[in-house]
Amino acid sequence: MFLRAKRLTALALGPVLMLFGLLHAGTVAAAAKVNEVNMSPGATDVGQSIFDLHMTIFWICVIIGVLVFGVMFYSIYYHRKSRGVTPATFHESTKVEIAWTVVPFFILIGMAVPATSTLLEIYDFEDAEMDVLITGYQWKWKYEYLNESGENVAFFSNLRTPQSEIYNTADKGEHYLLEVDEPLVIPVDTKVRFLVTANDVIHAWWVPELAVKKDAIPGFINETWTHATEEGVYRGQCAELCGKDHGFMPIVVNVVSKEEYASWLSEKQAEAAEIKKLMAQTFSMDELMERGKSVYDRSCAACHGANGEGGLGKAIADSPIATGDLSGHLEVGINGVPGTAMQAFGGQLNDVDMAAVITYQRNAFGNNMGDMVQPIDVFNHKKG
Amino acid sequence: MGDHHHGPAKGLSRWLFTTNHKDIGTMYLWFSFAMFILGGSFAMIIRAELFQPGMQLVDPLFFNQMTTLHGLVMVFGAIMPSFVGLANWMIPMMIGAPDMALPRMNNWSFWILPPAFLLLASTLFMDGGAPAFGWTFYAPLSTTYAAPSVTIFIFCIHVLGISSIMGSINIIATVMNLRAPGMTYMKMPLFVWTWLITAFLLVAVMPVLAGAVTMMLMDIHFGTSFFSAAGGGDPVLFQHVFWFFGHPEVYIIILPAFGVVSQIIPAFSRKPLFGYDSMVYATASIAFLSFIVWAHHMYTVGMPIAGELFFMYATMLIAVPTGVKVFNWISTMWRGALTFETPMLFSLGFLVLFTIGGFTGLMLSIAPADFQYHDSYFVVAHFHYVMVAGAVFSMTAAVYYWLPKWCGRMYNETMGKTHFWISFIGFNLTFFPQHFVGLAGMPRRIPDYALQFADFNMMSSIGAFIYGSSQILFLYNVIATIVAGKPTSDEKVWDGAEGLEWTVPTPAPYHTFETPPKIDPSHAHS
Ligand code: HEC
Ligand SMILES: [Cu+2]
Repeated sequence: MFLRAKRLTALALGPVLMLFGLLHAGTVAAAAKVNEVNMSPGATDVGQSIFDLHMTIFWICVIIGVLVFGVMFYSIYYHRKSRGVTPATFHESTKVEIAWTVVPFFILIGMAVPATSTLLEIYDFEDAEMDVLITGYQWKWKYEYLNESGENVAFFSNLRTPQSEIYNTADKGEHYLLEVDEPLVIPVDTKVRFLVTANDVIHAWWVPELAVKKDAIPGFINETWTHATEEGVYRGQCAELCGKDHGFMPIVVNVVSKEEYASWLSEKQAEAAEIKKLMAQTFSMDELMERGKSVYDRSCAACHGANGEGGLGKAIADSPIATGDLSGHLEVGINGVPGTAMQAFGGQLNDVDMAAVITYQRNAFGNNMGDMVQPIDVFNHKKG
Repeated sequence: MGDHHHGPAKGLSRWLFTTNHKDIGTMYLWFSFAMFILGGSFAMIIRAELFQPGMQLVDPLFFNQMTTLHGLVMVFGAIMPSFVGLANWMIPMMIGAPDMALPRMNNWSFWILPPAFLLLASTLFMDGGAPAFGWTFYAPLSTTYAAPSVTIFIFCIHVLGISSIMGSINIIATVMNLRAPGMTYMKMPLFVWTWLITAFLLVAVMPVLAGAVTMMLMDIHFGTSFFSAAGGGDPVLFQHVFWFFGHPEVYIIILPAFGVVSQIIPAFSRKPLFGYDSMVYATASIAFLSFIVWAHHMYTVGMPIAGELFFMYATMLIAVPTGVKVFNWISTMWRGALTFETPMLFSLGFLVLFTIGGFTGLMLSIAPADFQYHDSYFVVAHFHYVMVAGAVFSMTAAVYYWLPKWCGRMYNETMGKTHFWISFIGFNLTFFPQHFVGLAGMPRRIPDYALQFADFNMMSSIGAFIYGSSQILFLYNVIATIVAGKPTSDEKVWDGAEGLEWTVPTPAPYHTFETPPKIDPSHAHS
């Protein structure tokens, strides 16, 4: 209610706000995020160059606009028939016409110079200190850290905003629609190269404050980079229409200190090594159930309900699949149900988590099947 | 007058079988208005869903169907046919021709349109829903990942393309062959010039669009891989082909609008157009440049820097002839004797708002800055300033300007002016804040958005409802004029108007210029 009232006042103040915003375009940027009216220079040098370029062109347009509209409104006011004027008959003047062709041309050259140099800056891919492969999926992002020694680190980054907020049954959080389960983490003061591609349709990876927007095209790899100079959390979204949930695949980038990044990375690598070890292991029912519950809550509950009661997805409690043939259940978990919201989780969950969550679904919510899935079973199922 | 003079046939067959340019023009205009209302109601659904954060009315897939159909219906159903209708009505009357050169083809080019749009609208009820990949239908979202309705969509595009090509050939043939003796090219009214150039653009690029959708059809049904990397194709190829059509397309939409405004501003300034010749050359330059700038829609696909630079410089160049046009219109007003009847108001609205759209266009042409603008609401704001305030405002101006000549009755001026002011305010309230949210990072084509964009979106929605409902006033005014407007029989409805259309009786009889008029050679042009 409070939020609503605030919004209505803001709405009433709209025109004033607009004017205020225009006048203070640069300074407001840092202070308030709500009702932002201008581009942000962001946290990179390139972003600052783009911002400066944008403002230069903007002011040139404003000056031309004031002149052109000034003449026009002067004419509208002073050359009205109701003032009893008699119309002049002049027309065609080669001199004037040459002037208003040539002068704009030189103004354009004046714009092209800084534009070209900024573009050259953006296209300087040299000397990247690390590479991240970004893959767009319908409708999430996958990040893979390349060229690192030790275990390869890769994970998916999904929208974290619950359905209840989107469908208005719960209050919306501060970062509504701009929050993910696992953000991309990169070090500050480091030139990070992004290799951008897609798995299905075209997406575009856009983080305004990092001054990066690049199309993610299936079958091709695009290159771009950023060099953040300030630590912080930067948020963005997919910018290219990519199907139903195009509006629901945000991007969050944590820019952290180099030390923090190093320890985050080694933690991730240890996790990956651990998983690798676990793959070869056999688990007890209790271990699988415990792990399975946490995977379920994280990856499945949004659609299937915290108690398996269903929702966007079918109920798991008493489900013919979850209480049926084991390989059928694995099939749905790994390859999804094409044409429905039930995606293929085989590429998103590792074999240990998949084994655990399937076991969990078969033995929780009153589905007391008593059977277990081990990582090796998942591995074999994937191999076909 | 010829001795075979006759009036229109009676009943439905008049409209079904007519080869009369005025009847066909009328049908085009009514059809395009119907499509404007249909496309507008899609827009109302979009703005209603975006009124507040959160999903309230429709689901995301349906939302995407709405944005797609809104774009397609407005571009191909409302704006393009409306100018074709205007061309049908006015070109023969402006060049002193008895009718269009190819009247039977004229009938066909109209009558294949309504079934095509009926078919397109029917996809809403198909399994999987209507096309949901945006009016730019990028592959592979529009091929491998599209709903079955895409095949119908492809068929519709083919039909619309055939209609446009036939219409254009007709216009070219008419202008080249049926000008009254003495009506040299450099004496033609600017509306005729802009349409002649537009018709050439259409003939050049509609086949390219047909090629694009045919490649899609092959990819979907016949196992080719034009747009799929897995088979050796390239999704970006689609974008190159599409925008090779798509960029000239936006000039196809705006050039006739330039023509309309170039007729109206001199009329209400009571002063000849400042630089007729340079207006013609500027139109031709814009048309030429429109072929070599297409990739400015694709700065973020990963082009080599040489490509970026070429398309950036070429795009910036368009500002020159466009500036020439704007300066010309203003110099035409300078030291005229201005009055502000509804057609003039809409033309001035066009002039101001189109210029703003031109400025944002210039900003968008700057490739490095476009990395931030691209696919954001800034782009949405930009193209509505040039498409709606450009094309639609000028079309509205045209209707008010020529309606008395068409039906021999005056529209209600107060209502017309009210329509203008509500439209003007509603339009700006809708689209001005979209610049802000775009710059602040809101992507286009999303059904729901982050909280910081809420206020401007609510404003935008309110503006859209205002602008939308003002069209009901327009419809009412037009119908009231036709049915019961104040009769007028002045040949020259507007005292400052120039041109052959103002020499025929009012209302314009069913057949005009059955014998060619005499063109006063001392008169430079209209
Ligand atoms: C985005 C929503 C969503 C998420 C997240 C999701 N599912 Fe599903 N799931 C569905 C839908 C929808 C169906 C029904 C598909 C159909 O129509 O057959 C389904 C069906 C199933 C079924 C078959 C149920 C039956 O009785 O037919 C299983 C098993 C299943 N999901 C497992 C999982 C697992 C395991 C996870 C987490 C790793 C998961 N799902 C996450 C949407 C989801
Ligand atoms: Cu996407």
